Amino acid sequence: MAISFTLNGKPQTVDVSPDMPLLWVLRDTLNMTGTKFGCGMALCGACTVHINGEATRSCITQISSVAGKKVTTIEGLSADGSHPVQQAWMEEDVPQCGYCQSGQIMSAVALLSKKANPSDADIDDAMSGNICRCGTYQRIRKAIHKAAALQSGKSKSAA
Amino acid sequence: MATTSIVNRREFLKKGAAGGAALVVGFYLPSDSFGDQTQEQEKKTPNPFNAWVHITPDDSVTILIDKSEMGQGIVTSLAMLLAEELELDWKKIRTEFAPAAPVYFNPLFGLQGTGGSTSVRASWGPLTKAGAAAREMLIAAAARKWNVEPSACYAENGAVVHTATQKRMGYGALVVEAAGLPVPANPKLKDPKDYKYIGKPVKRLDTPVKVNGKAGFGIDVRLPNIQHAVVARCPVFGGKVKSFDDSKAKAVRGVKQVLQISSGVAVIADNTWSAMQGRSSLQIEWDEGVNAAVSSESIRKLYLERVEQAGAIARKDGDADAALASAAKKIEAVYEVPFLAHATMEPMNCAADVRPDGCDIYAPTQFQTFAQMTGAKITGLKPEQVRVHTTFLGGGFGRRAEQDFVAEAVEISKGAGAPVQVTWTREDDIQHDFYRPAVYSKLVAGLDVDGWPVAWKSRIVSPSIMSRFFPGSVKNGLDGTSVEGQANSKYGIPNFLVEYVLTETGVPVGFWRSVGNSQNGYIAECFVEELAKASGKDPFEFRRKLLANAPRHRGVLELAAAKAGWGQPLPAGHTRGIAVVESFGSYVAEVAEVSFNRGSGEIRVHRVVCAVDCGRYVNPDTIAAQMEGGIAFGLTAALKGQITINKGRVQQSNFHDYEMLRLNEMPKVEVHIVPSNEAPGGIGEPGTPPIAPAVCNAIFAATGKPIRRLPIRAEDLA
Repeated sequence: MAISFTLNGKPQTVDVSPDMPLLWVLRDTLNMTGTKFGCGMALCGACTVHINGEATRSCITQISSVAGKKVTTIEGLSADGSHPVQQAWMEEDVPQCGYCQSGQIMSAVALLSKKANPSDADIDDAMSGNICRCGTYQRIRKAIHKAAALQSGKSKSAA
Repeated sequence: MATTSIVNRREFLKKGAAGGAALVVGFYLPSDSFGDQTQEQEKKTPNPFNAWVHITPDDSVTILIDKSEMGQGIVTSLAMLLAEELELDWKKIRTEFAPAAPVYFNPLFGLQGTGGSTSVRASWGPLTKAGAAAREMLIAAAARKWNVEPSACYAENGAVVHTATQKRMGYGALVVEAAGLPVPANPKLKDPKDYKYIGKPVKRLDTPVKVNGKAGFGIDVRLPNIQHAVVARCPVFGGKVKSFDDSKAKAVRGVKQVLQISSGVAVIADNTWSAMQGRSSLQIEWDEGVNAAVSSESIRKLYLERVEQAGAIARKDGDADAALASAAKKIEAVYEVPFLAHATMEPMNCAADVRPDGCDIYAPTQFQTFAQMTGAKITGLKPEQVRVHTTFLGGGFGRRAEQDFVAEAVEISKGAGAPVQVTWTREDDIQHDFYRPAVYSKLVAGLDVDGWPVAWKSRIVSPSIMSRFFPGSVKNGLDGTSVEGQANSKYGIPNFLVEYVLTETGVPVGFWRSVGNSQNGYIAECFVEELAKASGKDPFEFRRKLLANAPRHRGVLELAAAKAGWGQPLPAGHTRGIAVVESFGSYVAEVAEVSFNRGSGEIRVHRVVCAVDCGRYVNPDTIAAQMEGGIAFGLTAALKGQITINKGRVQQSNFHDYEMLRLNEMPKVEVHIVPSNEAPGGIGEPGTPPIAPAVCNAIFAATGKPIRRLPIRAEDLA
């Protein structure tokens, strides 16, 4: 069945089983491997993408439910790693193995789009669904605060 | 202590080429007996422009990284070692993972591999020397071109400069000639006071690709016409396929083939999800084999019997029995820890492309030489026909020292006649691991009238990792990894006996971040706390006194205590605990500040102050990151980790029943590094062992009840 949606700003059509999870469409059908497989049960957040701006676990999202929607993956966040969250992640040197970080970053971006200046409690709420086995949590928290500052700096300088 | 026997390279290759016998080599990862490998000079220095650094005429520089990057920051640390001596322009550096080749054998192992927190220890000498040799060769080439003496030139920022005229020539213009010059046997190394990179915080080279999704992990390998496989494995350890019906599996859209392989039944499809659907439709009858009745209860029963038997002697100072008989006070305890899975975030996977004339293996592996041998054994090709492409590893922690996932990919590709990627689901990964051994340890100590310990006697019962991985290293029933963390205790106790009762259970065991130290560090540091309590002394002062002749232990202990404000008042409801463990040549003390709720069983670790002495070091920010990560890893085990067995099967399956520490549970971690000129120590693992005992000791201080088994349970808080 042909299913059409918008992927990182561009129209995309795939012909796959309608119940195939978006994660595997991205990874195996479209060879976009930035979105990771971690658990297959929405328990770890490694597969997090945005669907119409909402942080969503792509491992349990059937492709048929994505028809007509806007999907953003880590590859679509910025052309050159310049998104404030990516910048903050680099400044804090957050990643260790790096495997979970696409999902962490997508969750963080979704959080900051709703709360420009999140508290530690907000960060706990938004980020505790994303597991990092390397234990980079302390740096993730710091980087989110930094990204918030970077973003507010940007919006101020734009104003 | 276990013996150290580093395999001879030539011998290893000979055995390896004979067909997989390579796994049977004498080898042990001793925690503290490597000595100063930075002084180790290779007999014959490889040409650095072949082995370590590729420079092209346009001045672009690629450094080959021969260790696996699994998060420990080794890409950056190794590049820093080479760049320091070679005077490279840091901004222009690229890195690439090295192929499997003898030139990359880890001198501490005698084969190419990453583990035992050895990377910096193994590489400091060879890489600084290679960098210095390459620098001297480039200077010599420039001097020839300018017709001056090499001593009239120096190197800086990727170029050679003629001192008198300040004429410069980039390395790119010199490399062809330089690479043909003789390799200096003893190039002059820099004075550490002139270091630009080593010892300074340097940003990781792999961060940019880890924030844009482009870092290539094993699971991300995409080859032309690649097919995707999953494998149905017998749920019981050691079980085999009796028969199977694949008719429904083959009817699943996308499924191409079903193959029986050594580890089970492989379903091959044009995407991973179809392969998973196909696998769910297989009907397999298993021969469950000898482990079908094994359970956590049966294993514990076995341990209870075995602990009454005498074991192999791992350490014997004085006469513990005699000292106990005359001790003023005796303290006895039994400590227990469960099996633990590694749960790397990237599940096991591997891609292979087997052809009649060669084999390519794309693997997130910690042991390239083993991967190559595994490929050669299965395909019948020569090792040099098997090319190993190391990817980024989405976590390793010892799990990726194993070859099971590599063997599956090679076997399936060979059978399917196509490039194949095998991917494990999380359930596969948790239920078919090589687990941190479950351990039962019985201890008794004697105190004199002043409360100072005169005897320590411990018997450790556990399966052996080395008896499978490196059987040659197990001598007289003693596996050094099973006793490390207890047998190497530096507490000044005159009569000290540690015995080991090697007890196989049917559950496969393997290296798990910090190996034996993960359980023995906990056991020893909690039992020491019990002795301190029995003697009525402050646990920090008690340790400090007993470590009078262990200055590096004492150094980190004192630093952690000072920075944590040991003895200072705490917020209401908070309690504090301390522990110190040496492992892999590094010394780490941690103070944990904890609160807990007796009713709900909830435990909060608010703050961890960590002091580390790892000798000379490369990148202090990497040390901080590894301590933070090691603490999170150990805390997960202390608070949550438990693999249980029923009917020969692992009962846990995914992150709902094998839980990980999450962001909201992460303590604030402060890391303090002790300045040191000692030989470099490891850093990937030593942060893990002290956290469980620090947390348990904090709770013990509040409840008066020692915590003698992990994970910590609600009833332990009462």
